[in-house]
Amino acid sequence: MTLLRIETERLLKFFQAAGAVRVETNILQQADVLLDLYGEDIRGRAFVTSDPLHGEQMLRPDFTVPIVQRHMAESAEPARYTYAGKVFRRQETDTDRSSEIDQVGYEVFDRGPAEKIEAEVFDIFYRVLAPFGLTASTGDVGLLLAAIEGLTTSQARKEALRRHIWRPRRFGALIERFSNIVGVKDLGLGGQQIGLRCAGDIKSRLAQLAQEAEAPPIPRSEVNAIKDLLAVKNTFPNALEDLENLAPRLPSIESAIVNMRKRASALRYAGIDISKIGFEAAYGLTAMEYYDGFVFGFYSPDQFDWPAVASGGRYDALTRVLGQGRSVPAVGGIVRPHYTQGLSQGALE
Amino acid sequence: MIKLGVPAKGRLMQNTFDWFANRNVLLSKSGSDREYIGKVSGVTGVELILLSAGEIPGELAAGRIDLGVTGTDLVHEKLANWSKKITPVIEMGFGFANLMIAVPACWRDVTCLHDLDAVAARFRAQQGFRLRVATKYHRLVRQFMTEHGVADYQLVDSQGATEGAVKNETAEAIADITSSGATIEANHLRILEDGLVLKSQATLWQSRSAQGNCSELIKKIITTQI
Repeated sequence: MTLLRIETERLLKFFQAAGAVRVETNILQQADVLLDLYGEDIRGRAFVTSDPLHGEQMLRPDFTVPIVQRHMAESAEPARYTYAGKVFRRQETDTDRSSEIDQVGYEVFDRGPAEKIEAEVFDIFYRVLAPFGLTASTGDVGLLLAAIEGLTTSQARKEALRRHIWRPRRFGALIERFSNIVGVKDLGLGGQQIGLRCAGDIKSRLAQLAQEAEAPPIPRSEVNAIKDLLAVKNTFPNALEDLENLAPRLPSIESAIVNMRKRASALRYAGIDISKIGFEAAYGLTAMEYYDGFVFGFYSPDQFDWPAVASGGRYDALTRVLGQGRSVPAVGGIVRPHYTQGLSQGALE
Repeated sequence: MIKLGVPAKGRLMQNTFDWFANRNVLLSKSGSDREYIGKVSGVTGVELILLSAGEIPGELAAGRIDLGVTGTDLVHEKLANWSKKITPVIEMGFGFANLMIAVPACWRDVTCLHDLDAVAARFRAQQGFRLRVATKYHRLVRQFMTEHGVADYQLVDSQGATEGAVKNETAEAIADITSSGATIEANHLRILEDGLVLKSQATLWQSRSAQGNCSELIKKIITTQI
């Protein structure tokens, strides 16, 4: 057996011992589901193929989507799954990265107390990775979502900001736009009515733009508070303190802080020294993520060019999108055994 | 012997022939006008290969031709990490074309990418599918949209007459090459203020992997006074 196979088996056994059922998913996934979820960007990152019967297919770019689909279609809660296999990612710029990446995962669908499930999932990755001397980072997308909800501005603007939380540049540009007086827009010259977008929708957006021109800007103090929130980066206990100091300026994040306090207790109860764990409020806010709450990753302290050796988080919203009306709280993550195999080899030498 | 790849037809071929002729390198199609074999005089050790402009980037990257003439647009679209595979020798001053994003002129509320993104969100909510942008430059447009944070759109392939896609209701917007913008206007479309994806012109490129020694030819065409 190769080292990779040995490490993969070790991870699977560990997750099974924690109560997970081993499942498999197809390598070919229906492209339209992934495209609707991730948008056109996924075409740049996934291998697209097709056949005349099933239409466009993608080589599995992640396990989470097929695991959620499978769970939503047939299974009862609570459920714990583990799986191992390859995901496939097109590499357009980074020539050193492989296009085939092994993953071993652990996913929990459970309506129990949120912080308990989060601590369970974090703890299992923490323990299975314990031999390798990795550092752990965490975050919570719920903080930013709560901060947006509390802004002094229209629902339409909040909706626009929420839509772009995973695109930090665009999010920053929108915040900037909304914190100034937008002013009256120079409209385009009109023309013959063509295309599917109807005249009524154009008229209704023109009315919205007129309102927008007069809308009061988001107060500077709130924008600065959001910026300070996104800059919070500390050990878990100190970050909690930083956030509590920030709360008077962003009262709407209070409930997200309460969740964090509960999570801190649950992690301590599991025997984890949280002063050794990092917390970054902006963690997990990168492209193509579906996490909407607690997020975590494990990194090698001396291999700076490596991606996260393991990563995961909460993705309740994804189950709602894929569940066709149903939804279930879900937390999970993956290990990339290619990297831990290398680490265990190093540890043995 | 080094191999020079040149577009096999039309204005791009003629302009290329004229450009080289001005530098005392005479390129011509040998035999009948329908044959894709070329002749070179005025310089020795150069073989002329006539190809579709779209195939020239790939042939250069593979090292099957040493030098090639094609547009910046095709190089950026067809080659990932193009600068690792080929290098520009000289811009040739013709074949100017800009890859632009255009929307129906009747969309008075949409003049920039911010508007396009906002309308894409509305469109998807109302129609149940993502706003369609017709183009043949999939990679370039996708990268541009990602960079500018436009979401909830999809690219639909259009290999020709792209400006008609909106009228035909196969797309809501287009991204296409235009030199004057006249075709765009004639099809009731309007270019977005910040919708310039790429400025392109015919350029002479050198392969990084081909083995031929191009220095003599390059010196001749760069130093010849016009």
